[in-house]
Amino acid sequence: MANILVFTEIHGEHVKSITLEILGKLHGHNIEVAAIGDIPAPALTDLKSYGANKIHSLKGDKLENYSPEGYSHALKEFISTQKYDYIFAGSTSLGKDLIPRLAGMFDAGMASEVTNFVMDGDTFNGTRPLFAGKCLAKVAIQGPRPHFITVRPNSIGLPENPKSGSGEASDSNVNAGDIKAAIKEIIKGASEKLDLTEANIIVSGGRAMKNTENFSILNELADVIGATVGASRAAVDSGYAPHSMQVGQTGKTVAPTLYIACGISGAIQHLAGMRTSKVIVAINTDPDAPIFTKADYGIVGDLFTVVPLLTAEFKNLLNK
Amino acid sequence: MDFSYTDEQKEIREQVLKFSKNEILPIAQELDTHETFPLDLLKNAWQLGFVNTSIPAEYGGVGFKTLDSVIISECLAYGCMGVNTILMANDLALLPIVIAGNHEQKERFLKPFTEDYKIAAFCLTEPGHGSDAAGVKTHFKEDGADLIINGEKMWITNAGFADLFVVYGTIDAKLGHKGLSAVVVDGKSQGIKLGKPEKKMGHKCSDTRSVTFENVRIPKENILGNLGEGWAIAMKTLDHSRPLVASSAVGGAQCALDLSKKYAQERIQFGKPIAQHQAIQFMLADMAMKVEASRLLVFKAAWLLDEGKPNTEASSYAKAFAADACMEITTDAVQIYGGYGYSKEYPVEKLMRDAKLIQIYEGTSQIQRLVIAREVLKY
Amino acid sequence: MNIFVCIKQVPDTETKVTPNGDGSFIETNSIKWIMNPYDEFAVEQALLLKAANAGATVTVARVGAVKDTESLRTALAMGADDAILVEAEDNLDSYMTAKALKGAIEKSGKSADFIFTGKQAIDDDCLQVPQLLGQMMNLPSVSVVVGFEANDTSLTIKREIEGGALEIYEFSAPAVIACNKGLNTPRYASLPGIMKAKKKPLLQLSLADVSVSAEDRRIVYTDFQLPPEKPAGKTFSAMEEGTQQNVVSEVVSLLRNEAKVI
Repeated sequence: MANILVFTEIHGEHVKSITLEILGKLHGHNIEVAAIGDIPAPALTDLKSYGANKIHSLKGDKLENYSPEGYSHALKEFISTQKYDYIFAGSTSLGKDLIPRLAGMFDAGMASEVTNFVMDGDTFNGTRPLFAGKCLAKVAIQGPRPHFITVRPNSIGLPENPKSGSGEASDSNVNAGDIKAAIKEIIKGASEKLDLTEANIIVSGGRAMKNTENFSILNELADVIGATVGASRAAVDSGYAPHSMQVGQTGKTVAPTLYIACGISGAIQHLAGMRTSKVIVAINTDPDAPIFTKADYGIVGDLFTVVPLLTAEFKNLLNK
Repeated sequence: MDFSYTDEQKEIREQVLKFSKNEILPIAQELDTHETFPLDLLKNAWQLGFVNTSIPAEYGGVGFKTLDSVIISECLAYGCMGVNTILMANDLALLPIVIAGNHEQKERFLKPFTEDYKIAAFCLTEPGHGSDAAGVKTHFKEDGADLIINGEKMWITNAGFADLFVVYGTIDAKLGHKGLSAVVVDGKSQGIKLGKPEKKMGHKCSDTRSVTFENVRIPKENILGNLGEGWAIAMKTLDHSRPLVASSAVGGAQCALDLSKKYAQERIQFGKPIAQHQAIQFMLADMAMKVEASRLLVFKAAWLLDEGKPNTEASSYAKAFAADACMEITTDAVQIYGGYGYSKEYPVEKLMRDAKLIQIYEGTSQIQRLVIAREVLKY
Repeated sequence: MNIFVCIKQVPDTETKVTPNGDGSFIETNSIKWIMNPYDEFAVEQALLLKAANAGATVTVARVGAVKDTESLRTALAMGADDAILVEAEDNLDSYMTAKALKGAIEKSGKSADFIFTGKQAIDDDCLQVPQLLGQMMNLPSVSVVVGFEANDTSLTIKREIEGGALEIYEFSAPAVIACNKGLNTPRYASLPGIMKAKKKPLLQLSLADVSVSAEDRRIVYTDFQLPPEKPAGKTFSAMEEGTQQNVVSEVVSLLRNEAKVI
């Protein structure tokens, strides 16, 4: 049974769900969780239900805002008073920045961007993508303990039947140490949509949109899932959307993680612009439309019925 | 025999190709559609040192060998053969100065091209004299310390933008090639009349016009070499310029091959990508062989020149072969794309239209064959 | 002012990646090696900083195997003044790389005022070296930098985090800055620059010279494989009245749990 600390980040009243994904995989080991600052009650409940035994709230001056030096100093101080074999964290913006510095303080190894792992007895064995996901490899850590691991969110998934832990919460005092680089200000993300060529999620409309106004139902879906809206050449040529929205041979080439094609037949000109999308969803009333040969998930149906249902379903899922 | 690039050449190739793919290729179709002269793009290329590669180091040039120049030219042509025609035309015009100019002339004419982006035009062809270049009628008349130029030139690249014209004419048409002479004319000279830009099949971004010289007066200090030495200068120029133009064909052909390869792997017919059908595979194989053979001929012609060895024959091999191969390769590219290849929505029909000119300018494929046959039959 | 840039040479993004015979790494025979794209922003920022500070120099350092087209030479051609190559295999882990880079910077004899890196290398996507280097050299580090302003007394740096939000950091040099796309527009190396690069100094060091050995390895990769084939697409019929909601629920659930894209 290994001694494992999972570093967590608080998001509103809860912990980021990556923490729970990690906890789900650590059943059978002594799992502890640490966060900088206060941990709200709902978060404590979740952590307990997913297996945390001890939950540490680390408090000190100059730790209200994230700083790589402050957080790493504080965590190092805390970890040095314990005996952990492994330290896990989510590969979030903060995790990616903090954990390498922290690992360096222990001259220890860190496995980044792990997408799956098992504990072989007490030994960590991870899998991760390399070369931009073009191949997978197993990763093992050697050298001084503790070993550090960051896990990519949404790869492992939440456990179906989490086993709870004892969930004992406590506070610890820690010091931020000397901070030479401090956050002066945080600017919230602009509500402007990402450019098509940079977007991670795209919803596109084709000739079946029938007019410009109907694109509003795509905009609604896009707003819920954080997507940018595009269009096929047929829609643009018919005047339903401006050329700047065109995806395809004579439009933009995109490579999102998710591409939802609504009322698009999938002619080769369009495919040329979006074929490297990671996951393709197609909605079309014609079951023989070429787009279905490329789609991972195809819905033979009327986009005017299906898209609003999708919007509602996603809204439900994401607000959970 | 070392077939490898030097470290500098590898670096040069990588940087120029990167520029070509990122800056030229994405706008090539638009330049073709709107027949736009891309001044900003050309200035960028000049700033990075890709232009005027024939200017020697003593006059402010980088000090490239011919082999370096053809590598640069090939990579630029990959992005657009038309854009490369514009850039190459500078070298075609400046080479006679490099070859036959005296020190004072080189300082006066070449240095400004290294200090700012300037454009030159090379004037040999006339409405009545293309392949029969020795018979040009543009007349040079001596008038005291000056020379007066009268005549009409045709198909002049860069005419509408030239800061400098290098003009071939004759002191006496009856002397044939022995009367041919080469002079340098400032673009702002009085009496230069430009025709309208020609509407062409390809290389549409390149400004091509007729240029009429009406009593244009130049000082005798602008004569390259001596009057009557023009033919020798022209011949020496071709030894350098033919491999250069041939390398343009190599670049365009390589682009056509790369596009065809990609399309053939994506287009599915009869249940599989067409790249898995032998008919297409054979076409791709032929295209690949021809590109490589063209490139090697260009390199050898350039290498011979750098070694100070005669390369007239090799230059003609390179020009004829590379231009003809490029025509075949770009035609095959359209064929591989099928119906889509015929559409202006796809990039290959432009390549096919652009390829045609390379078989015509800088010595037609037929003239090259005459040159080659003459050498072949010598022994 | 001594500016350092740490770069890595990685396989071109168009490279077809295949595991080698025994799964210990990938086939490296026909790989085209390029400067890590994020490092280009680092080189550019260093050169911009040099231009704004009389007497500043830019030293570029890399750890890895000698390559056909040397990215250090590209950086020199872009305008860097000198280069350091720590010759090593291409499969060093982040800890060894950071330690080697620290050693290289120390061997240069110049104390670093700024160390620029890319935010990640696109081969192993570890995103560790900038932070490790900062920690090992006792310097602050900021990563995913999309804005950089330096004046006489301070630095203002913009760091991009989730949701497109920006953290604005203020601090003084020396520091490690890991650059992201959008920070600047990297220049092309000019051809005269390429010819001049030939004459610029390139110091070659061994791992032993920078006190790095096999004992420093912390991460071991094995069993390289291609990712599993994408399963065949699933199509659902939602034409009939009443079927749409079920289909939509199913697809959304698959997108979350199977495809893991939402």
